[in-house]
Amino acid sequence: MAKAAAKTKAAASASVERRPALAGRTLSAPGVKVEILPPAERVSLRAPQASVAALSKALGVTLPVKPKSSAAKDGRTALWLGPDEWMIIDEAGNDPLADCAKVTALHSAVGISHRNVGISVAGPAAAVTVNSGCPQDLSLEAFPVGAASRTILGKSEIVLLRIAADVFRVECWRSFSDYVFTLLSEAASDAAN
Amino acid sequence: MNAMFRISGAGRLSQAKTASFSFDDKSYTGIEGDTLASALLANGVHLVGRSFKYHRPRGVLSAGAEEPNALVQIVRDDARKTPNVRATVQELYDGLTAHSQNRWPSLSFDVGAVNDIASPLFSAGFYYKTFMWPKSAWKSLYEPKIRAAAGLGVSPGKPDPDHYAARYAHCEVLVLGGGAAGIAAALAAAEAGVRVILADEQAEFGGSLRFESGARIDGQDGYAWAQAAIAKLKAMDNVRVLSRTTAFGYYAQNFVGLVERVSDHLKNPGRELARERLWQVRAGRVVIATGAIERHMVFANNDRPGVMLASAARTYLNHYGVAVGRNVGVYTANDSAYAAAIDLKKAGVNIAAIVDLRDNPAGPAIDEARALGIEINFGRAVVSAGGKLRVSSMTVQPKNGGGGRTIPVDAILMSAGWTPSVHLFSQSRGKVAFNDETKRFVPGTYAQDCVSVGACNGTDGLDAAVDEAYAAGAKAAKEASGKAGKGAKPKVDAGESWSRGMLGAAPGAGPGTTVKAFVDFQNDVTAKDIRQAVHEGMHSIEHVKRFTTNGMATDQGKTSNMHGLAIAAEELGKPIPQVGLTTFRAPYTPVTFGSIVGHARGALFDPTRRTATHGWAASQGAVFEDVGHWKRAWYFPKAGEDMHAAVNRECVTVRKVAGLFDASTLGKIEVVGPDAAKFMELLYTNPWEKLETGRCRYGIMLREDGFIYDDGVVGRLAPDRFHVTTTTGGAPRVMNHMEDYLQTEFPHLNVWLTSITEQWAVIAVQGPKSREIIAPLVEGIDMSDEAMPHMSVREGKICGVPTRLFRMSFTGERGFEVNVPADYGEAVWEALWAEGQKHGATAYGTETMHVLRAEKGYIIVGQDTDGTVTPNDAGLDWAVGKKKTDFVGIRGLTRPDLVAKGRKQLVGLKTKDPKVVLEEGAQIVADPKQPIPMKMIGHVTSSYWSENCGRSIALALVAGGRDRMGQTLYVPMPNGTIEVEVTGMVFVDEKGERLNG
Repeated sequence: MAKAAAKTKAAASASVERRPALAGRTLSAPGVKVEILPPAERVSLRAPQASVAALSKALGVTLPVKPKSSAAKDGRTALWLGPDEWMIIDEAGNDPLADCAKVTALHSAVGISHRNVGISVAGPAAAVTVNSGCPQDLSLEAFPVGAASRTILGKSEIVLLRIAADVFRVECWRSFSDYVFTLLSEAASDAAN
Repeated sequence: MNAMFRISGAGRLSQAKTASFSFDDKSYTGIEGDTLASALLANGVHLVGRSFKYHRPRGVLSAGAEEPNALVQIVRDDARKTPNVRATVQELYDGLTAHSQNRWPSLSFDVGAVNDIASPLFSAGFYYKTFMWPKSAWKSLYEPKIRAAAGLGVSPGKPDPDHYAARYAHCEVLVLGGGAAGIAAALAAAEAGVRVILADEQAEFGGSLRFESGARIDGQDGYAWAQAAIAKLKAMDNVRVLSRTTAFGYYAQNFVGLVERVSDHLKNPGRELARERLWQVRAGRVVIATGAIERHMVFANNDRPGVMLASAARTYLNHYGVAVGRNVGVYTANDSAYAAAIDLKKAGVNIAAIVDLRDNPAGPAIDEARALGIEINFGRAVVSAGGKLRVSSMTVQPKNGGGGRTIPVDAILMSAGWTPSVHLFSQSRGKVAFNDETKRFVPGTYAQDCVSVGACNGTDGLDAAVDEAYAAGAKAAKEASGKAGKGAKPKVDAGESWSRGMLGAAPGAGPGTTVKAFVDFQNDVTAKDIRQAVHEGMHSIEHVKRFTTNGMATDQGKTSNMHGLAIAAEELGKPIPQVGLTTFRAPYTPVTFGSIVGHARGALFDPTRRTATHGWAASQGAVFEDVGHWKRAWYFPKAGEDMHAAVNRECVTVRKVAGLFDASTLGKIEVVGPDAAKFMELLYTNPWEKLETGRCRYGIMLREDGFIYDDGVVGRLAPDRFHVTTTTGGAPRVMNHMEDYLQTEFPHLNVWLTSITEQWAVIAVQGPKSREIIAPLVEGIDMSDEAMPHMSVREGKICGVPTRLFRMSFTGERGFEVNVPADYGEAVWEALWAEGQKHGATAYGTETMHVLRAEKGYIIVGQDTDGTVTPNDAGLDWAVGKKKTDFVGIRGLTRPDLVAKGRKQLVGLKTKDPKVVLEEGAQIVADPKQPIPMKMIGHVTSSYWSENCGRSIALALVAGGRDRMGQTLYVPMPNGTIEVEVTGMVFVDEKGERLNG
């Protein structure tokens, strides 16, 4: 689906084909499915406290200020990554970088749509799968739905977002995606045991 | 078919489910639930191995993880031959194949046993003393021979085909050990609703309830209670029950390593099953319930097969239904061996005699043994065991000396008392304390949030242990979560209680004797060896340990440490606590490399990073090289070309026409904020404030000490936005370096750093035709020299997608670097390649890139610099802002040694013979005729064949190099000395006209 959509868009603007890393890769194991998510728009947003309100308004989603949390609205998610740092992921095809550009309040917005690859880990064994390489406590008490954290998976840095009780979004850098997907796949095969 | 020593009606295994197995190529039958040890004993096989040093025949000592003797090799196939497996732990499966170790030609006749006869030669410290001279013989003679003779088991010759899983887990309460105490603690914690993990190394839970026949809890048989409790725990969502799982290491902040043996007990484990699973658990509270280990008696020939721990014999009887002999002697210094004698007697095994070192012990166990008609000898000692491949008798005499008698037996059960298993407590950095009354080390001062319960805490008696454990489990849950449970404490209706015993050598093996009374079975250390170590001046227990190797085998002295310590203390005339205990270290029992490695093997050993154009390059036959984690195209050989030919062609084509190169791996950092230029001024030596938007500059970054740290081209996209590039290898550390300074030194600056290395694919198009190749694909950018001069950057579109188009050159030719969002990288590359084909352009790899830049004298940080090179040394003074008052490294640059004359400076070298290519790293001297060692004045940093120059070229760091222009220097090599001339660093187009050519 995602690939087809990307192609249509490309044809319309007569631009070259977009070839996302690992597009379409999936792995199903008992209790968990690991799959590459379609491309999304992403912004690395840095801003002081004083700019949060203006940026929230422009983005249409209230930037969370609580550590390890996220906020989502209309296909756009803001992940708290640090006291002055958020990652904005837009899956609705809108342009958060353009939205930030309208804000005059002090901030830094850098487009990183192609830097990252999103991987979905879903199913009753999703948390165990992620825990194969991620040392965080992923119980619902410690890492509730909506929790977000920049952390590690094995030897790769990831950003982890809990979409639902048994669904995680794993974000990693493009060139690490093969490693991250493969590790999650191996872990998935062990997770139900 | 029932094996000879299997007693019908005894034990808990179903005798209907048989499993055949082989040991040393002989077939036997066991039953499901057996360990290899119990199955061998059921078949009357006691001789299972040869000892490490003396090659003495050895049998099964224990029924658990502490086993020092019964080490075997388990063979599944060529690739899966596991050495040093404890037969007491290995579960039987149908078709199991095991071999004995450390014997040749056979277990019953072993040539190496000559060591036993010659043992007066092989006393403690033998190796240290004997094989000292000549020194050269160590490598050629002593070490290989000793290693071959000493080896235990054989390593598999093929890669391990099994896979290993890993998992992190968190819980409020982690309970280590699943005996009565551990189960009680887990129940209490689980009832509070907190997350509990309960781990035990055995296949079944119950611990000593496996053999303690009289135990009754909550109205049930003790073992049955344990199984019911485990079933209850398994049914609870908040509890994870891990059997076959050993807690091997206790680390900081309640981080505990566990290894779960997932499939070693299965006949045909499916590929989907890992062999082992590593659990790394972070626990709020840890309850240590690791029990106690029975000690053997230290007397002559106490290692003969058939001599074993009393509790082990009882386990084999009560759990596995196996009698360890038909006519059994017992030698004890405490009550627990009586229970073994009673159980065996009731099962129909003759007890030849109980020999009790104590003078007048009393108690129900003794009364019961007497009532059963067992002969009991108080105040007597077994001074020797008879027999060789199997014990045949025991010689008994009054403990203070006097006439002895020899009693025929086929097994001796022994118990010197119980040693609390404080290993994990000690690993947690807790301090043990010696209880002088009970003569044992027990947990003293705690260093972490943990608690010891039951036998490992020195708590005697089932009743007291369960009480203590249940309370501790509830308390741990409360402390970790604030929650309290509402369950009922298990009620112990009947249970045994034993304590005391003796430490050290028994009568007959005391000072002045030379008998082989083993303290440490696995490392063949006798009581005499310990005493000898003390005589030779080892007064610390740590020295005694290393001199004798007592406790240093893979069993880590689980049965031997306390005896060894007591003998040393006696010899030193000091109380035990003053001699001290050796340190307990992880792992508690041996851990496979596989479980530590886990998933990190093959493709997952380390991330392999590929660029967006990797697939294209691979399809063109590119050869790749590893640069950090990256795979980079090294060169693109055409049919029939070797590397040399391919690189020559690529180099020439770039300068004649053009070339395409994937530069995506270069680090890229977007520096954004109103103070971006100020920040750049502080981090780089160059001036940035006046750099116009749309222009680029080559920047140098120093460390505080004034040495070059990194370099790269930086483009200014807007007054408040810079696009910084770094070296490929430097990308992460440059980012950290910048972030570090921003947060600690310059926090007042309004600027932020974002890594965009992977956002942009970078396609370098270099050469006279580069503009003609790119221009047709670009929209909205005027690429004329006037509108877009060398060192400028424009934003626009290429092939319909956004681009940051840099005009810059790392070749000395007119050049561009096309940045496009990474997912478009390959398609844009293909479009540029199609354009390039019209002109005869080439794709080139990192080797050609290196040659082309060297032809221009452009340095590579980390190759031509090594962390001791200043900008001046590298001839880059022009890049240091002379009017600047501050930047990182500015003070370092003024250090006296950094401005001193004679520093090594980067220069060019031309070999007198143009065909000779120098070796990178080769040393340079001024006078080749001076005596060795010569004074070395520098070294070659870069060296290549340059097809464009028709000769070799090199860069070198040479002391006072720029003052030596035109001088002849020498590079002494194994095959002769090479003459070189010192030159400038630019070998092609000295005036730089080709940048606009």
